[in-house]
Amino acid sequence: MAKLLIPTPLRKFTENQASLEVEAGNVEGSIQELATRFPEVKRHILDQDGKIRTFVRLYVGDEDINALNGPETAVEAGSVISIIPAIAGGSN
Amino acid sequence: MSNLFIMNATKEQVSFSKAEIERYSRHLIIPDFNIEGQRRLKAGKVLVVGGGGLGSPMLQYLAAAGVGTIGIVDYDTVDDTNLQRQVLYGKESVGKLKVEEAKKRITSLNPHIEVKTYNTMLTSDNALDIIKDYDIVADGTDNFPTRYLVNDACVLLGKVNVYASIFRFEGQVSVFNYLKEDGSRGPNYRDLFPTPPPPGLVPSCAEGGVIGVLPGIIGSMQALEVIKVLSGVGDPLVGRLFLYDALSFEMRTLKVHADKSNPLTGENPTQTELIDYVQFCGAPQVEGERDVEAESAPVKKISVSELHKLQEEGADVQVIDVREPYEYEIVNIGAELIPLGEITEHQERISPNKQVVIHCRSGVRSAKAIRALQDKFGFENLYNLEGGILAYAKEIDNSLPTY
Repeated sequence: MAKLLIPTPLRKFTENQASLEVEAGNVEGSIQELATRFPEVKRHILDQDGKIRTFVRLYVGDEDINALNGPETAVEAGSVISIIPAIAGGSN
Repeated sequence: MSNLFIMNATKEQVSFSKAEIERYSRHLIIPDFNIEGQRRLKAGKVLVVGGGGLGSPMLQYLAAAGVGTIGIVDYDTVDDTNLQRQVLYGKESVGKLKVEEAKKRITSLNPHIEVKTYNTMLTSDNALDIIKDYDIVADGTDNFPTRYLVNDACVLLGKVNVYASIFRFEGQVSVFNYLKEDGSRGPNYRDLFPTPPPPGLVPSCAEGGVIGVLPGIIGSMQALEVIKVLSGVGDPLVGRLFLYDALSFEMRTLKVHADKSNPLTGENPTQTELIDYVQFCGAPQVEGERDVEAESAPVKKISVSELHKLQEEGADVQVIDVREPYEYEIVNIGAELIPLGEITEHQERISPNKQVVIHCRSGVRSAKAIRALQDKFGFENLYNLEGGILAYAKEIDNSLPTY
């Protein structure tokens, strides 16, 4: 099982859960598992065509999935999938 | 030491007084840093955008370290809610201009540096003119339009952008548009996030909150990266994104790659000047997704003074507060508490015929609650309290705290 890390801004859609163990063999399947469990979170990661939104990045380990095999990037037991959102705070 | 923009910080051009040598002695005795690193700091010019949570530690450490010229951009004044994390300011700063208070503090910390202030919002009209005189921009702003503006201006002018951002318990740090030894530039913000999230999706610190120490930690790391880039010591966070989660105390560093479709630095650049960033960050991101707020049916409103008058007259009005219980505990006006998330499950608690005033902190959530109740149950007697409890505290009852 791989571990999917959920960033703070999306935790309001995951009942404050910070991570999820997923069974899927790739990133796309892992996001689907997350979306099945917490349907509201899906639209914040994927657009209407199922593509990854341009203000979110997905990583496996320390590598961007776009530099690997995209949504089909394989994950295995012990893999860590991260959802990295754009955040802007700092001054106010 | 690699340092491409302060090559001229030679012995002849940058010298130190006895007082400066003594002040900086703990830098001078670091073998890899030594007086050459200190010379580069003194010759360096750094613009800090945002004198807030990130700017507070940054300005103090950059000044203390001896960065020769520091610019500060901010248009705001200090208020009481800043003091929980903006440790640059004291109680006596409240109500005064941030740039002036910041200058006072860091000039007192180090009189050997030059501090320039820009009491303005950074905009597409003034950004190039302000940034052009600096070597590095340290971005400590709090909104997406300014983040993209700083990034694009740095790319267009060939400046390094030391970036940091925070949200609640999370921080991000990276060094963008770094000039590498081979003359090429490292990735920039648009390689990481080509477009911003639609407005309202990611709350600001004002709405979402931030733990006070976090900007202290992240802003200090940002100052460190500025000092590394200026002095040429170490490996700056180029092509890498540092993440810190204060809750779990986990830190990770991820890779950032150049994006071929980057409109500024990709294979087919389409953008050669600054754009309207408010529009860029406000437009719907995906075709077919409409701005629901703008297109929905209007909501009836009531001002805080009108509500107050009704209360004084003893009118039969139901007042409902749709904030969260922890907000109600901070301050309330005795309204019935039904959080927004549960409002449509409790429609039986809302009167169908008498006047019902619904409020939240500032009026956004209560408008959502009214729309949901109108759409689902056909209520016609709901009024949104304009400006929420913040306006009520300001205009009607000064004894109520604001947050």
